Amino acid sequence: MSTATPSAPTNKLGMTKQDYVGSKSTLCAGCGHDSITGQIINAAFEMSIEGHRVAKYSGIGCSSKTPAYFLNQGWGFNGVHGRMPALATGASLANRTLVNIGISGDGDSMSIGTGQFVHAIRRNIPMIYIIEDNGVYGLTKGQFSATADKGSHLKNGAVNELPPIDPCTLAIELGCGFVARSFSGNPKQLNAILKAAFAYEGTAIIDVISPCVTFNNHDASTRSYKHVKDHDFPLHDLGFIQYSEVEDVEIPAGETEIVTFPDGSKVAIKAIHEGYDPTDRYIATKAIHESMQKGEFLTGLLYIHAKHAPLPELLNLVDEPLATLPQSAVKPGPEVLAAIMETLT
Amino acid sequence: MTASLASPAVSGGAKTRINDFSIQVATVNGSGSQTANTVLLRAIFQMGVFVSGKNLFPSNIAGLPTWFTIRASAQGYVARKAANEMLILMNPETAKDDIVKADAGALVIYDEPLQLDKLRPDLAYFPVPFQKLVTASCPEPKLHKLVKNMIYVGVAARILGVDMVEVKKAIAKQLKGKAKAVELNQNAAVAGYDWAMENLPDQDHIRVVRDSKTQGLIIVDGNEACALGALFAGVTVVGWYPITPASSLVETFIEYAEEYRKDPQTGKSTVAIVQMEDELASAGVVLAAGWAGARSMTSTAGPGISLMSEFIGLGYYTECPGVFFNVQRTGPSTGLPTRTQQSDIEMCAKASHGDTLHINLYPGNMEECFQFSYDAFDLAERFQTPIFVVTDLDLGMQNWASRPFAYPDKPHDRGKVLDQKQLAEIQDWGRYKDVDGDGLCYRSLPGTPGGKGAYFTRGSGHNAYALYSEKPEDYVAVVDRLRKKYETAKSYVPKPVFRPLGSDRGMLAFGSSDPAVLEAQDLLAEQGLKTDYLRLRALPFTAEVDAFVKGMKVVYVVEQNRDGQMANLLREFYPEHATKFKNVLHYDGLALDAQTIVDQITAFEQK
Ligand SMILES: Cc1ncc(C[n+]2csc(CCOP(=O)(O)OP(=O)(O)O)c2C)c(N)n1
Ligand code: SF4
Ligand SMILES: [Mg+2]
Repeated sequence: MSTATPSAPTNKLGMTKQDYVGSKSTLCAGCGHDSITGQIINAAFEMSIEGHRVAKYSGIGCSSKTPAYFLNQGWGFNGVHGRMPALATGASLANRTLVNIGISGDGDSMSIGTGQFVHAIRRNIPMIYIIEDNGVYGLTKGQFSATADKGSHLKNGAVNELPPIDPCTLAIELGCGFVARSFSGNPKQLNAILKAAFAYEGTAIIDVISPCVTFNNHDASTRSYKHVKDHDFPLHDLGFIQYSEVEDVEIPAGETEIVTFPDGSKVAIKAIHEGYDPTDRYIATKAIHESMQKGEFLTGLLYIHAKHAPLPELLNLVDEPLATLPQSAVKPGPEVLAAIMETLT
Repeated sequence: MTASLASPAVSGGAKTRINDFSIQVATVNGSGSQTANTVLLRAIFQMGVFVSGKNLFPSNIAGLPTWFTIRASAQGYVARKAANEMLILMNPETAKDDIVKADAGALVIYDEPLQLDKLRPDLAYFPVPFQKLVTASCPEPKLHKLVKNMIYVGVAARILGVDMVEVKKAIAKQLKGKAKAVELNQNAAVAGYDWAMENLPDQDHIRVVRDSKTQGLIIVDGNEACALGALFAGVTVVGWYPITPASSLVETFIEYAEEYRKDPQTGKSTVAIVQMEDELASAGVVLAAGWAGARSMTSTAGPGISLMSEFIGLGYYTECPGVFFNVQRTGPSTGLPTRTQQSDIEMCAKASHGDTLHINLYPGNMEECFQFSYDAFDLAERFQTPIFVVTDLDLGMQNWASRPFAYPDKPHDRGKVLDQKQLAEIQDWGRYKDVDGDGLCYRSLPGTPGGKGAYFTRGSGHNAYALYSEKPEDYVAVVDRLRKKYETAKSYVPKPVFRPLGSDRGMLAFGSSDPAVLEAQDLLAEQGLKTDYLRLRALPFTAEVDAFVKGMKVVYVVEQNRDGQMANLLREFYPEHATKFKNVLHYDGLALDAQTIVDQITAFEQK
């Protein structure tokens, strides 16, 4: 299977990182989205995700093109603008054994697709839901998106007078059990968050600030590399320990908080920001609001509630994929039709 | 007593109409009259007489006028008939108007205090003191409103000669399992019957006489029939959003799924049903579930299809299976949401932007609602595309007598899907490669192990290997192949039904128009105008349609919309015959009746 040199490191499946890549990116050089793609590849490789189980979904936008650039061993579905969650919903119900990765943009999720974002969270679709957030519509050449900060400028000088929608506080409000924010320029943090998201069973919302070098990287932008670097406040040092490695890893005592997922995997959260508790949604929400007022980006695992039944479980579906159930399991026999006809006479 | 049958306007030598009449019941919606009307319909049906019922209801939960018509027909005509021989007027608000519109000679049962008998001399009046009878037969005042309706059932049974045994049986059937309600309602019906026996005179105008025409038949509505088709088709993912008149299709399915789609060992469900946030989301669920290998469906009406249209284009171009039920209602916009029409014909034929042509199925009766729903899932998977099952409120929500459904023995056709082993054997697989020359390609399902078969589905330009492409020749190759699929479908979709009388004048219709057209064909023949009738059952138009169009001098296209939508499609697909097609249209929201067709065709013929 492996196409790389024999010396390349392999994961538990015997795969090299090369086995997790996709087609060559066609985004602008330096686009934040490409860094996110890189971290998805790393996390999936390190987590030994089985490529054939992966289903990738996206809406429309530069961000939504990226599923073509990672995990070519998985199936991809680039759909219509703002409707990625409906695709993930349908396919995850058809086959509950899939590992679902949804990629969206701030335009895709916070304007045309806000309704689908909201309802995917409400139903707890089993998926990693990444918003590659650059504050603009990249693909349609730089219009404001609904996450643009009030007072921020477009390249052409236009000023945004409207308040932003914050996907993270919205997700927490909706009862999402996994809400994170990161920055495409902080690969280490993003890597840990992505791995934890792979271990999470329901909807894992990850808002990744991802600068658009072409339309929103100027001095007056609040989504430029420089501005975000200067205003990025990581909440904690995150360490992810997969269930299979829990035995081997020593978790330092002290301020480190441990969150354990149903499969046994753990995230070790070593606080940097004092008094922030990612398992308390009220404290988390308050802290996020305060930081936003100061123009800062709090990043890290903003809120985590490790066990939260995803939709296929709520619907009490059979364990095997519905898609491939044999006819005998889904087509009642002639005696059933006869009995029904009897009730209608 | 003013039952004035002696009045010359109504009796005279007129022959008694045996098992051949229409009754219209006017009530207030939310008053429980639906149950009473169904009981009356069932009782006549149990007498062995062909009946059909049409509920003309408002878009409202309670308090607005509603009419229910029951037609009995010895010849088996089940279309709506415009003229009514009996009126039951229970709604004071509409009673006077109903009298004004009544057909001469009609029998009128009404609530005595309304004093309707002074309004017209040419009707036969049967005043009934409903309040008095209710109070006497039902001790509980809060049930009076419901029971009142059952009293008119008893009165009507007496006047028509319907056996009370059948009325009681129908009540027991309708209120199955609720012993107290059954007793209460049976008592009320008997009270009405007994009172009428003593106090109302005989009439020789219309009569129910026992027959054997309905032996072994069932009564069902089209939404239930479609739900059953989907049940046996083994649908596994349902995404939907409530809308009249389509909701009861999924709601009935849910009831059946509760019982018949649980794993016997674990009790877990073998179908996922999700009420989505809107129709856009429902369409996405259907297509992605189909993409992932499930048999998926949604049920909606015109406004829902409008919302789904962007996704439907994606499904067509990326080749995802999915079944879309459209139970049409009167549009545009909210229109008359509780009235029937066939006005989404062009929309469903071509739903979405860009060049799109879809396979559409048009069931025309209950057995076809069942069978075509079953077949739709096979077609969706074989053709890897959205399939429309187009019915309407008249089929979907009205009661129809039908032969019991035959068990669909044909095994599910899961189409061209490659498994791990097949993928391993194929050297040069391309998701959109037309290997067999029929336009239908081989697909793989997400989750298939073995490291082969993964591909990227995209609504943007792609080539035979599902790779991104903006090359003009790649684009054209794909859309031309999609067009080829449409050609291939001609030998898979149900063929039309032909009823020739040896003429060169054709009638072409589809769906719920069938009963009225059959009756019109007979009426026209009686007038000396023979027609050949072709009932279309699907798009694309098949070879049988080609032959029919070529063979006729004139084709009267009968349909229930303003713009002659099917005729427009025919003109488009048969441009050399375009002038043959004449529009016979009906679009007021009421079910089509034969006389409307006869009148319009007669007018054309006289030109
Ligand atoms: C229905 C519809 N309306 C409009 C568009 C045009 N459109 C394409 S991408 C896009 C915005 C994308 O912005 P975002 O999701 O932030 O992605 P980015 O390019 O910034 O990564 C728009 C409006 C479309 N494809 N479909
Ligand atoms: S336009 Fe912006 S978002 Fe799009 S690829 Fe270029 S840098 Fe990235
Ligand atoms: Mg954007």
